[in-house]
Amino acid sequence: MSRISQCAARASAQGRGLLIPYLVAGDPDFDTSLEIMHELVRQGADMIELGIPFSDPSSDGPAIQRGVERALAGGANLNGVLELAAKFRVGDTQTPIVLMGYLNPIEIMGYAQFTERCARADVDGVLVVDMPPAEAGDLPALLSGREIDRIFLVSPTTTAARAKEIIECTSGYLYYVSLKGVTGAALEDRESVAENIVRLREWTALPVVVGFGIRDVETALAMSELGDGIIIGSALVERIGQLPWASGRKADCISEAVALIGAVRQALDAREGTGELNS
Amino acid sequence: MPDTDKDIAGTDFSGPDETGHFGPYGGMFVGETLIRAVTELAEAYTELSSNREFWKGFDADLADYVGRPSPIYLAERLSDACNGARIWLKREDLNHTGAHKVNNTIGQALLARHMGKTRLIAETGAGQHGVASATVAARLGLQCRVYMGAEDIVRQAPNVYRMKLLGAEVVPVESGSRTLKDAMNEALRDWATHVDNTYYIIGTVAGPHPYPQMVRDFQSVIGREARSQILERTGALPEALVACVGGGSNAIGLFHPFLADNGVAMYGVEAAGLGLETPDHAAPLCAGRPGVLHGNRTYLMTDEHGQILDTHSISAGLDYPGVGPEHSWLKDLKRVQYVGATDAEALEAFHQLTRLEGIIPALESSHALAWATRLAAGMTSGQNILVNLSGRGDKDIEAVARLEGADFGSISGVGR
Repeated sequence: MSRISQCAARASAQGRGLLIPYLVAGDPDFDTSLEIMHELVRQGADMIELGIPFSDPSSDGPAIQRGVERALAGGANLNGVLELAAKFRVGDTQTPIVLMGYLNPIEIMGYAQFTERCARADVDGVLVVDMPPAEAGDLPALLSGREIDRIFLVSPTTTAARAKEIIECTSGYLYYVSLKGVTGAALEDRESVAENIVRLREWTALPVVVGFGIRDVETALAMSELGDGIIIGSALVERIGQLPWASGRKADCISEAVALIGAVRQALDAREGTGELNS
Repeated sequence: MPDTDKDIAGTDFSGPDETGHFGPYGGMFVGETLIRAVTELAEAYTELSSNREFWKGFDADLADYVGRPSPIYLAERLSDACNGARIWLKREDLNHTGAHKVNNTIGQALLARHMGKTRLIAETGAGQHGVASATVAARLGLQCRVYMGAEDIVRQAPNVYRMKLLGAEVVPVESGSRTLKDAMNEALRDWATHVDNTYYIIGTVAGPHPYPQMVRDFQSVIGREARSQILERTGALPEALVACVGGGSNAIGLFHPFLADNGVAMYGVEAAGLGLETPDHAAPLCAGRPGVLHGNRTYLMTDEHGQILDTHSISAGLDYPGVGPEHSWLKDLKRVQYVGATDAEALEAFHQLTRLEGIIPALESSHALAWATRLAAGMTSGQNILVNLSGRGDKDIEAVARLEGADFGSISGVGR
């Protein structure tokens, strides 16, 4: 069983919603990213999605675009992201890491070398935003050969037939995009997300996590009720970008930036404590 | 001149396949939110493209609204100056709105209307595609928003004003390199967000399937006309075709109907900027490598880490780090030779055509002219070169004045 599946099974057994923050690796630099990752875990993250900076993030909204620009300005690239993942693993053998990004950096590195480097860095899953299963070539087979999970997206516009095909290719968890649009935009209405997730559950036993528009504790709670977990990206990346790094101790700044994740964790646990899960 | 007969005999140029691939290039590399939109578009286009009435309507619009067929013109003084082959110009500059771009926007707007979309979006570099999109939107009474790099807005101010006059909203894009590629990212984001009512008119033969095929089909009117026109005028096919390549829509439009004509050599001229040996150019086919950007696999300007490189060209319309996937395929098949013309060479050709023929060419098309004059000089007077004069240069005169240190305001006698 992969580290992601174990993590999800453990959460499920405890009746606890998965909390998966996303950050842009190398925003504003890799040392800071490493500290942020450990702090995320301390404040209750179950897994971490690590964004690979790419010059043309056409599925991302302004917050993540700016995070990517900060990372690129600091010289970040895919090599550095893999090194960051490996360094994180030295201090944390439990928390699954999913690399999320666009295809071109992986294509230029070469699928075989990328897979090898992921395996060596002990990366747990890979999600390529602009690589639908039909265009994935031999990447899924290579990743599968090294027991790295292949995560794909399902969106409100995905047809039933296509969702079933995507599920066939997916391992680890299924990422449900809760809106039509880019990361960080406004959420779809709760009812349609609920309907779609109920439908997905009929077709798969994979954990379904919801992402793309979750900005605060309130939306986190609402979305967490519908799926097995939530992903928080733009709201965190925005906070990382706004921090006054010059003032105060760096550790305090980081802790403050990540406080949203801690608050969501507490809210999720409190609600689950009252037995509202799956109500 | 390459001996193309041997190279292409028996080659099948009928791409793309059903899934939108030209050999290893092309495809549908988009986020899940857009998959349904591109799939529906591909289905709608497949259905409509087998409908004779649709093409009749398209042809009628091209005739009455665009002014097609555009003539071919023998540039005698230019040919004499080269002392070699005769140079013919396919006059896309005479089209309504001043460039070949409108052929495509007419076709896509008809498709948008057929699909019941009420809002058009477009990206633009030089502004020609933006103007052509705003034009068809005005004609069909559709809402139109054009994304344009903030850098390009400065370079192409007259076109920005034209779009506004036509009722379009022009949105400056401040992200990334603030040029065409970033405008395309922003348009893709808009499309993903407003996918229900919005039709995205891509201006070139790049993007996810079906755009490379569809835009090629609409632009192929250029080559179909040119082929019969030159046969009629000279009694033979030309020895060579020359067209500039940014995304590559005017080039594929000219080349495609000639692909099976073994004796016709083809040259796609990329923007060599300050020189192909420098980093300052926009020539992915000459100096790039295959990768994935904006929905398709194709030759790109990318660094060793897979980041898309900033490009440079004197001409905003060629300032793009990718190229249509069919061009990548034609390069690998060696059917088309891809070459470069520098900023300086293009500028020289711009002046040469203006002074010798009384035709002010677009800076984009000037790249093709620069290569064609060089090619002509090595050929004989009995041979013919057909150049796609893809657009007129009115939009560029301010930029040229600025480049050459002339004060545009004082030259024109109008204070600015």
